[in-house]
Amino acid sequence: MADQPASVARLRDAVVLSAGFPLLAGVDLDVTPGSLTVVTGPNGAGKTSLLRLLGGLVALSSGSGTVVGIDLATGDRRLLRRRVGWLGHEGSFYDDLSVTENLRFAARALGRPLDDLDAAIERVGLGARRRTAARRLSAGQRRRLGLAWLLVRRAELWLLDEPYASLDDEGREFFDVLIGEVCAGGASVVVSAHDPLRSAALAPRTVRLVGGRVVAPTA
Amino acid sequence: MITTAWLVARKDLLIEARSRVLIWQVVPFGVMALLLSGLALGPTRAGHSGAGPGLFYLVTLLVAILMINRNRAIESSPGTHASVATLGLDPAGVFLGKTLALAVELWVTAAVLLAGAVLVLHLPLGATLSAAPSVLVTVAALAAAGTLYGALTGGDASATLLPVLSLPAFAPLLIAGERSLSAAVTHQGLWQWWVLDVVALVAYLAIGILLYAVLEET
Repeated sequence: MADQPASVARLRDAVVLSAGFPLLAGVDLDVTPGSLTVVTGPNGAGKTSLLRLLGGLVALSSGSGTVVGIDLATGDRRLLRRRVGWLGHEGSFYDDLSVTENLRFAARALGRPLDDLDAAIERVGLGARRRTAARRLSAGQRRRLGLAWLLVRRAELWLLDEPYASLDDEGREFFDVLIGEVCAGGASVVVSAHDPLRSAALAPRTVRLVGGRVVAPTA
Repeated sequence: MITTAWLVARKDLLIEARSRVLIWQVVPFGVMALLLSGLALGPTRAGHSGAGPGLFYLVTLLVAILMINRNRAIESSPGTHASVATLGLDPAGVFLGKTLALAVELWVTAAVLLAGAVLVLHLPLGATLSAAPSVLVTVAALAAAGTLYGALTGGDASATLLPVLSLPAFAPLLIAGERSLSAAVTHQGLWQWWVLDVVALVAYLAIGILLYAVLEET
C-alpha cells in the first residue's frame, strides 16, 4: 500500500464486543513508527480493550485494522502477539520465578539471545535483585521487571496499560526516560492512563476515550 | 512444538520447585486422605487389600484435581496471561509442556501414595510394583485430560467447575487403572486394562494438540 503513510497500527471504525456489549464502539486510530500515543479516559472507557485489540489479545468484531502489517480481521493473531510487547497494570510475569528466570523464559520463548538479559536487568536498575523472586519485589520493582521483559522482547509496538500506577516520582521519571529512548529507537509506544502524561518532553499524541469511542484526538 | 513443550514443562516444574506447593501441601493432603481411608476401613487386613486399588485411585483423583487447578493458576492472573499470550507460543507445545509437567508432579505424588497404600492399605509390594507401569500410564492420561479440562474451565470463577466437568472424562481412566492394579494384586492378567489406558492417553494427547489453541482463545 505505497499510497498510505507508514503506520504501525491503523484502526478504522473498530468495534470489539464482549458478550454483546461493546467494549469499543467504532474507534479510529493511527500509530506512526517511533511515536508515543497516550490513551486517556475514565474507568470503563475502553482503554485496556483498545490496547488488547492492538496486541491481538481480543478479536475485532467489526470495522478494520492492521497492526505491524497484520490484518486484525484475517491475519494470524499469534504472529501479531509475538511482535508486540504488553505490560499490564497487574504483574506480567511468574511470581515464583526470579528476575533472571522470568526474563530467560521470555527470551527463550521468542528465540532472543540470552546475552541481552544482563543488559536489560541493569538498564532497569534491578542488578542487585536479579536472583530475587518476582513476588518479593516492590510494586515499583515489579514494574521495572515488566520493562526489562519488554526490553528483552525488542517489540515493535509497546502496549503499556496504566504503567504509572503505584510508581513514585523517581519511577515515573525513569519510565519517561525509557519511553523516550524506545521511541527514539524506532519502536512505537501506546500508553493508557487516567490523565495526560506529565512529561512535556515526550510530546505524546493524546487520544481520549469515553464509552468506547474516541472523543478527543489531539496532535 | 517440542521446543515449546520443553520450555513450558521446565518453567512449570521450576515454579513448582520454587513454590513447593506439591511437597508441602498436595502430597501431605494425599497421605492424610490415604490414612483416613485406612482408618475408615478398620483394622481388617483382607478388606484393606481388596479396597486398596480403588482407594489409591480415589485419592489420586483428589490430588489430581488440586494439581490441575494449581497448574492453571500459574498463568491465571490477567497480567501474566496477557503477557504470556504475547509470547505467541505454539498452543500444541504449551499443551504438551503443561501435560508433561503435570504428569511429572502426579508421578511423584503417585509414587508416595503407592508406598502409602502398601503400608496403610496392605497392598502386596511385589504386585504393586508390577502394576507401576500401568499407574504411570493412567496418571499420564489423567494429566493430559486434566490439562485439557483445566483450559476449558480456566479462570478463578470457573475453577470449581473442574471436578464436575472432568469426572466423566476421568472415570474411564480411573476404572481402567483400578482394574489394572486390582488384577496385579490378585495375580490376574492386567494388560487389557493397560492397553485401554494407553489408548486413552494417546487420544487425549491428540485431542489436546488439535484443540488446545481453540480452548485458549475462548
